[in-house]
Amino acid sequence: MSRNRSVLGDFLRGLGGATFFLITILRALPGALLRPRLILQQLYYVGVMSLIIIVISGTFVGWILALQGFRTLTTFGATSALGVFVAATVIREMAPVVTALLFAGRAGSALAAEIGLMKATDQLSGMEMMAVDPIKRVIAPRFIAVLISLPLLTAIFAVMAIGWAGGHLIGVDLLGVDQGTYWGQIHAQIKLHDVIESIIKSACFGVVIGWISVYQGYFAAPTSEGVSRATTSTVVMSSLTVVGLDFVLTAFMFR
Amino acid sequence: MISPDSDIHVRVRGLRFSFGSRVIYDGVDLDIARGKITAILGPSGTGKTTLLRLIGGQWRPKSGTIEVDGVNVNKLSRNQLFELRKRMSLLFQSGALLTDLTVFENVAFPLREHTDLPEAMIRDLVLMNLEAVGLRGARDLYPEQISGGMSRRVAMARAIALEPALIMFDEPFTGQDPISMGVLIRLVSSLNKAQGLTSIIVSHDVKEVLSISDYAYVISGGKVLDHGTPEAIRASRSEYAQQFLHGRPDGPVPFHYKSAKSYSDDLLEPAK
Repeated sequence: MSRNRSVLGDFLRGLGGATFFLITILRALPGALLRPRLILQQLYYVGVMSLIIIVISGTFVGWILALQGFRTLTTFGATSALGVFVAATVIREMAPVVTALLFAGRAGSALAAEIGLMKATDQLSGMEMMAVDPIKRVIAPRFIAVLISLPLLTAIFAVMAIGWAGGHLIGVDLLGVDQGTYWGQIHAQIKLHDVIESIIKSACFGVVIGWISVYQGYFAAPTSEGVSRATTSTVVMSSLTVVGLDFVLTAFMFR
Repeated sequence: MISPDSDIHVRVRGLRFSFGSRVIYDGVDLDIARGKITAILGPSGTGKTTLLRLIGGQWRPKSGTIEVDGVNVNKLSRNQLFELRKRMSLLFQSGALLTDLTVFENVAFPLREHTDLPEAMIRDLVLMNLEAVGLRGARDLYPEQISGGMSRRVAMARAIALEPALIMFDEPFTGQDPISMGVLIRLVSSLNKAQGLTSIIVSHDVKEVLSISDYAYVISGGKVLDHGTPEAIRASRSEYAQQFLHGRPDGPVPFHYKSAKSYSDDLLEPAK
């Protein structure tokens, strides 16, 4: 019982510390926005460098959904709904969630490791002693880059999965669904609120992944083991939070 | 202590600090005179680096006060502390260079962050500072391409870029070849004389440091064991100071880290 209580206590203390850290970052955001060069640099490392993995995964997910969808819809003689089946699944769920999971593994872990190593090699302390606030100079630009990148990558994922190279390639070009029906159904059935739902989800996942990765890096023990633990925790915690949060958001936006 | 009427840049009183149960400082008083070179000597593990971080306000003492320019460092807000730090530099033992920037950009970093100087002037200042430490030719290299000793020299060029009033060197001569060491010693000394810089040098290189310092403190076991001018320290009758100055393994400062058991007991004990 007391052991459980101490685990709960540690968890709450950690959550409190992380929340305080998030507030510190949010307060540093206006200053960081005045230095777009630092943000652009991070957008390249965090966003552009994640492009390939997102494009490839999006395409594969589109192919898989088209194959699975066609199989199921054939049973009901409803293959004309293949386009909307692929699009709805991708826009509402697959794009935000899979992109977030891949992003946590690709960019979140890299951020945690980079910041953790900067701490271990006294670079953050050195900055502080030069009267440069590492939260403003290092943490905030990376956090902003995550917030901007994830929704954009999610959109790219969705386009790849639904579009010419993805679901369309399998459904229309390979399995013979009519091209007009494929796009017409998507046009008729996918509403603006589906897209907004997707954007809200990816924005929330961006906050969570950005928050977890910079927190884990900044508070990593300054040793090789500490950095390794921070990297692992970033991926594990981000992934679990993303799927958990996805359920909560889906339930709220369910109609 | 230095005579009370001289100008004190850093004043430490009753400093107590510990890492968990390990006591690092147990009531230390220090005065660092303005415009002078003060050496802090002591065996490794005595917390010399800790002292510099405490003066820089990175860590908080358990009790006692640290005043820089008459201001209690630990009473300052984060912004006030950052303002104070613009007038001081800490040269880390590791160099603490930013690994994603070249040598040139590392030295330019504080200038770009804190001044609006035109690019041409920043370039000149950086090249002058790099020339002073003999690394103008290494300007395009990244920190991972240079040695540890060179990193510290780059860090020194960066530390003097903003012309601080107080500069703290943490083991600046470690890892330097004899030529570089000679140049760096002259550099520290000439910076002090030309710009009236207050310098605190933490070091093991007793002979070299004493040759350029105006005052020295010998610290061990969380206390100041001896202090005075280099001549007074050299002539000190304190067994501690003599053991340290002459690098004797036996004496009041134990070479061995404290252990609960004797060496023979430890060896004879069966493995678990």
